[in-house]
Amino acid sequence: MLTKRVTFGGLVLPTLLVMPQLAITLVFFVWPASQAIYQSVMQEDPFGLKREFVGLANFERLFANEAYLQSFGITAAFSLGVAALALTLALLFAAMADWLVRGARVYATLLIWPYAVAPAIAGVLWWFLLHPTTGIYAYALSRLGLDWNPLLNGTDAFVLVVVAAAWKQVSYNFVFFLAALQSIPRSLIEAAAIDGAGPARRFRTVILPLIGPTTFFLLVVNMVYAFFDTFGIVHATTGGGPGTATTILVYKVFKDGFESLDLGGSAVQSVVLMAVVIALTLAQFRFVERKIHY
Amino acid sequence: MLIHRLLIHRLMIQCLAAGLITIAGFAGTRPAHAAVEIQWWHAMGGELGEKLEKLATDFNAAQPDFKVVPVFKGSYPEAMTGAIAAFRARQHPALLQVFEVGTATMMAAKGAVYPAYQLMKDQGESFDPKSYLPAVTSYYTDSAGNMLSMPFNSSTPILYYNKDAFRKAGLDPNAPPRTWPEVEAMAKKLQAAGLPCGISTEWPSWVLVENLSAYHNVPLATKANGFEGLNTELKIDGPVVTRQIATLAEWQKTKLYDYGGRTNKAVPKFIAGECGIFIGSSATRAAVLANAKFEIGYGMQPYWPDVKGAPQNSIIGGATLWVLKGRPDAEYKGVAKFFTFLSRPETQAWWHQNTGYLPITLAAYELTRAQGYYDRNPGTDTPIRQMTLNPPTENSKGLRLGSLVQIRDVIEEELEQAFAGKKPAKTALESAVKRGNDLLRQFERANK
Repeated sequence: MLTKRVTFGGLVLPTLLVMPQLAITLVFFVWPASQAIYQSVMQEDPFGLKREFVGLANFERLFANEAYLQSFGITAAFSLGVAALALTLALLFAAMADWLVRGARVYATLLIWPYAVAPAIAGVLWWFLLHPTTGIYAYALSRLGLDWNPLLNGTDAFVLVVVAAAWKQVSYNFVFFLAALQSIPRSLIEAAAIDGAGPARRFRTVILPLIGPTTFFLLVVNMVYAFFDTFGIVHATTGGGPGTATTILVYKVFKDGFESLDLGGSAVQSVVLMAVVIALTLAQFRFVERKIHY
Repeated sequence: MLIHRLLIHRLMIQCLAAGLITIAGFAGTRPAHAAVEIQWWHAMGGELGEKLEKLATDFNAAQPDFKVVPVFKGSYPEAMTGAIAAFRARQHPALLQVFEVGTATMMAAKGAVYPAYQLMKDQGESFDPKSYLPAVTSYYTDSAGNMLSMPFNSSTPILYYNKDAFRKAGLDPNAPPRTWPEVEAMAKKLQAAGLPCGISTEWPSWVLVENLSAYHNVPLATKANGFEGLNTELKIDGPVVTRQIATLAEWQKTKLYDYGGRTNKAVPKFIAGECGIFIGSSATRAAVLANAKFEIGYGMQPYWPDVKGAPQNSIIGGATLWVLKGRPDAEYKGVAKFFTFLSRPETQAWWHQNTGYLPITLAAYELTRAQGYYDRNPGTDTPIRQMTLNPPTENSKGLRLGSLVQIRDVIEEELEQAFAGKKPAKTALESAVKRGNDLLRQFERANK
């Protein structure tokens, strides 16, 4: 073995050093997660006056609910839509900013702004812009001859929440893509250019593989964002409608738990959602990461 | 919406500042005998919040023993959820404002709630349930006729119309449509005069299903709309509601009716002048008056003339004050005194005239009339006249359904399917009944 290992003697010091990290994980992750699991097998009134163990009855009730099963499909489409849109746009903007010589800094700063906007506010902004009565974008769309009505048309409403959710995430992705692009050695690109590769080909065969790790990281982050952080957007805009067209899983958790006070039902959904996201993240690391070269 | 949020934000900062000043004040001059503090959690932001604060201030100034401290807790669901979480941690307030759809949840929590009639009796405050408007109190009394919570802010849906648009369409600006066929005829004329839409409505389930049923004296659910037991089942797929939804779905195709979204999201359609007729909460009046750039007329909800017993009376929305158990006894004495203060005709009349909510006692209504308020502000007595058209029947007393928040969601999801033309009205309502009944059974199991 050529690598030199630094080790600490005894158990006390290493334990002390990892304690803060362990404590944070326990208090903020393990404890709430186990609470959710505990509540998911209980039936309880909101005030906590009566509590009864019901085993898997809450799960049975959940999976017998057709609307909930539909919500899975909607959530999948929503997350893919948000991730795809946010990643593509961010990459496009980052490539432009990287290519710019003058004013690149101003351009980059402006693009980062939307990240500071809270999800609910982002939702309200887009709701205003796309509102069929008052929205300026809706007006433009109707001038183009499109019958835009997110209040009744499920597809329109779905597009609205995807756009609002992706818009916010573009900034975040942009920062990472820009950093990744700027870390690519110029010499590689110049060499490819000398070999006769045009801009499109250089992008596809040199740049894309080199920013692979960043793209992969962002994909995971974006999926998790779309799954967990977007209920504010839905809440402030469509409220899950029309019909159930924009009822994503996390919004249902919020609504059933905090508005309808169905604690058991909401806890079951969080447990399911937790399992889905763990599975997704594992799958991404297992299958996608193998194709990434660091 | 955004502006509303900003207002709430500003209000929160003001509350915080006020709190700091209070603390500073206490540090300086400590009174000889401190008044008993009573926490009052509420959900009235913006202008309404200021009006509510004034009620507390006036009460505090009127007597030295108790100090009611209003605390703004966000939206109705947020205030209720917050108080319930606080109750579980035994940090709850004595007094809590709960919206009408939370009634069944509060009623079922027998160990947590101190019924209003019991409180008044225990504290020896004079209290006559008969002096309150039956159409308001019936929503909050148990089957034995006992008032469980104190009505505070109640509203009911009324019809608004754009008088300028009526003139333009050659309609009589002083004759609002009284029936649905009249709505149809007038809406067509409005469209012919260039309006993109004839009529819209807000709070879809409350207006188009719950109030429609009460107003036509048909049951919304079995067991007297749930008043007589948890084993109640929805009945909203009957002919009256089905015809209403089918008619509106048909009208939606030409925008004779234009659906405007859930909660109060449809209001802009009316105030922007897009739709000439609008059915919305009587408490929306202030917002409509402040924002519409045309003359506004008021009318009662339209009805179908061929339905026997229509128009009956409309039902309410809004909130009541619930008392939570587990606080020191002295606080309950103060709460009872505060309830007596709130029920005084002068207090009620002031609240009614300044907020647009209904007066909760007949005396307050008479006082407001005697003061000439209704003459000076035409249309402001429409909601109360509509509420008291007839003595409430078991179909028009109100609703007592568990999980009503979720049931409303289900109903509104299905209505949207019907209006979008994805399902026939009958199928949509049948599906709402089935899904709603699942929720009712779940609530029944959890609260046995």
